[in-house]
Amino acid sequence: MLTILFDGVAYGMLLFVLASGLSVTLGLMNFINLAHGAFAMVGGYVTALLMNRAGVPFLVTLPAAFLIPAILGVALERTLYRRLYGASPLDQVLFTIGLVLMAMPIADFFLGDEPQQVNLPAWLSGSATVYGVGISLYRLFIVAVCGAIAALLQIFLVRTRFGAQLRAAVDDTRVADGLGINVDRIFAVAFAVGSGLAGLGGALAADVVGGIDPSFPVKFLVTFLIVVTIGGANGILGALFGALLLGVLDVAGKYYVPSIGGFIIYGVMVVTLVLRPQGMFARGDGR
Amino acid sequence: MRAAQPTATTRRLEAHLHRRARWRWPEIVFWVAALGAIVVLPSRAALINEILIAGLFALSLDLILGLTGIVSLGQAAFFGLGAYSAAILASKGFADPTLGLLFGAAIAAVLGLATAPLLLRGGDLTRLMVTLGVSLMLGELANRNGWLTGGADGLNFSMGKVLGLFPIGFTGQRNAALYSFAALFILFAVARRLAQSPFGLALAAIRENRLRAGALGIATSRRIVAIYTVSAAYAGAAGALLAETTQIVSLDLFDFHRSADVMLMLIIGGAGYLYGGIIGAAVFIVLRDVISAATPEYWEFWIGALLVVLVLIGRERIHDFAVRAASSLAPDAARGDAA
Repeated sequence: MLTILFDGVAYGMLLFVLASGLSVTLGLMNFINLAHGAFAMVGGYVTALLMNRAGVPFLVTLPAAFLIPAILGVALERTLYRRLYGASPLDQVLFTIGLVLMAMPIADFFLGDEPQQVNLPAWLSGSATVYGVGISLYRLFIVAVCGAIAALLQIFLVRTRFGAQLRAAVDDTRVADGLGINVDRIFAVAFAVGSGLAGLGGALAADVVGGIDPSFPVKFLVTFLIVVTIGGANGILGALFGALLLGVLDVAGKYYVPSIGGFIIYGVMVVTLVLRPQGMFARGDGR
Repeated sequence: MRAAQPTATTRRLEAHLHRRARWRWPEIVFWVAALGAIVVLPSRAALINEILIAGLFALSLDLILGLTGIVSLGQAAFFGLGAYSAAILASKGFADPTLGLLFGAAIAAVLGLATAPLLLRGGDLTRLMVTLGVSLMLGELANRNGWLTGGADGLNFSMGKVLGLFPIGFTGQRNAALYSFAALFILFAVARRLAQSPFGLALAAIRENRLRAGALGIATSRRIVAIYTVSAAYAGAAGALLAETTQIVSLDLFDFHRSADVMLMLIIGGAGYLYGGIIGAAVFIVLRDVISAATPEYWEFWIGALLVVLVLIGRERIHDFAVRAASSLAPDAARGDAA
């Protein structure tokens, strides 16, 4: 029982890191980025390839799994994404689906469609028994890392000058611009952070989902979107609660009622959207 | 007492609407060419059949996206439901294709009617998510209820002859294409009539500005529910056609990529004038056929690239260009289409 709860929390935390980048781009910047999973895939590949081909230790690969998708994200943001900030949701959806359709064959072409495994180091692969509850060390690691990321992100967005500028830029781009805030730069940095977090999430998730393969961006796209939709688009805490709720419900549902386990997350999403179109944890004023 | 005397304005409007409703020669050429393709290219009948079915599927999306401005990533729900309904009906011994077609469309329409109220709240993003969620739930449902749907193995069944005369399926590819053509043409004619009716004009008003349409006295919610139901029936009919002509259904009918592909087709062909879905389906499927013959694994890349370029150039600009090209070709033909 407690093991399941813990697994659910760990899964939820993982979902959070994967989706938190999306809650920055989609939630804060109002950009429907369906290509988010592609950045997560890049992060996963970075870790898997560095470990398997270059023998780099797992922990050292994680910063790279953040940085490389972040750089890629900025490059794409500067060249392509920024042209579509004001575009209709339909255009954004089409554009980012196009990117996903391009990303998957590229990964397939260079790396093949075999899943790239991430082999965890020995100190993370065992499990420990705490007060009679069996806990996988890796899941514990995930919870710790993701918890830290959630805290940092919240502080970053709420307490820092940059966070205030970002929120201002999102609320009213023109006024923020008029106040001397460099909106372009702010958006670029936010996009980089979002992409980087996706990459980090992909790296952490690689082991849990059984390796990274070219279909990753589509397989988990829906899950990301559900997390952000349930969490409510504006705010890291909403996404965190949404992710935890989904993680626990999904794991528990698949364990206790396997016959309907797969539905639970979709059901939760549809019910949430019907009752509260702005998301369960959103401020009153949804956009 | 003043009876509703036709004034000059109403008479002019009436004349305009009648002119719009007439079938113009490019349209007639279009349908004759499609029919001709089936007759002339019997070896490609399977491909043409696929195009016709995809065209009907894209037409169903055009009804809500193009005419009404409601975005949806969940058309696969109705497509899959229609396909499975027809398949299950056939596997229970009712193998008449026409019956299966109507049954698939009806069942899909019921689901459309039931889920339409979900579309009335929230913004575009909410709609995208809700429609996507519904289609994924349905896929999961089909997966779980293997006793009815065959689960992951899919369902094989045999089909009767159309109207008791023409066998369809692997032995009758051309008959299958003709059957799909007939269904597409009839449903297209209905959709065309619908778009030009007062109901269709109300939908256009909702697309342009839902708030203002409501202020004009249009019951926007009821119109949206109605057109969503019709669109669901169309998608269900497309699914039923696919099931009947291939005589197999599988879970991938509910996949996300079905909904995405149909949106691509509609966008490639241009939304809002009904022909876009069919043209887009033809372009998409022929393109896929050609590219995947060259690079079987990587054709998606080129479709993706096409999409990115399409959005970056601007869909409106391409549409405007097409309209201008059409109007230089047939001056009176393009006017109605552009509206």
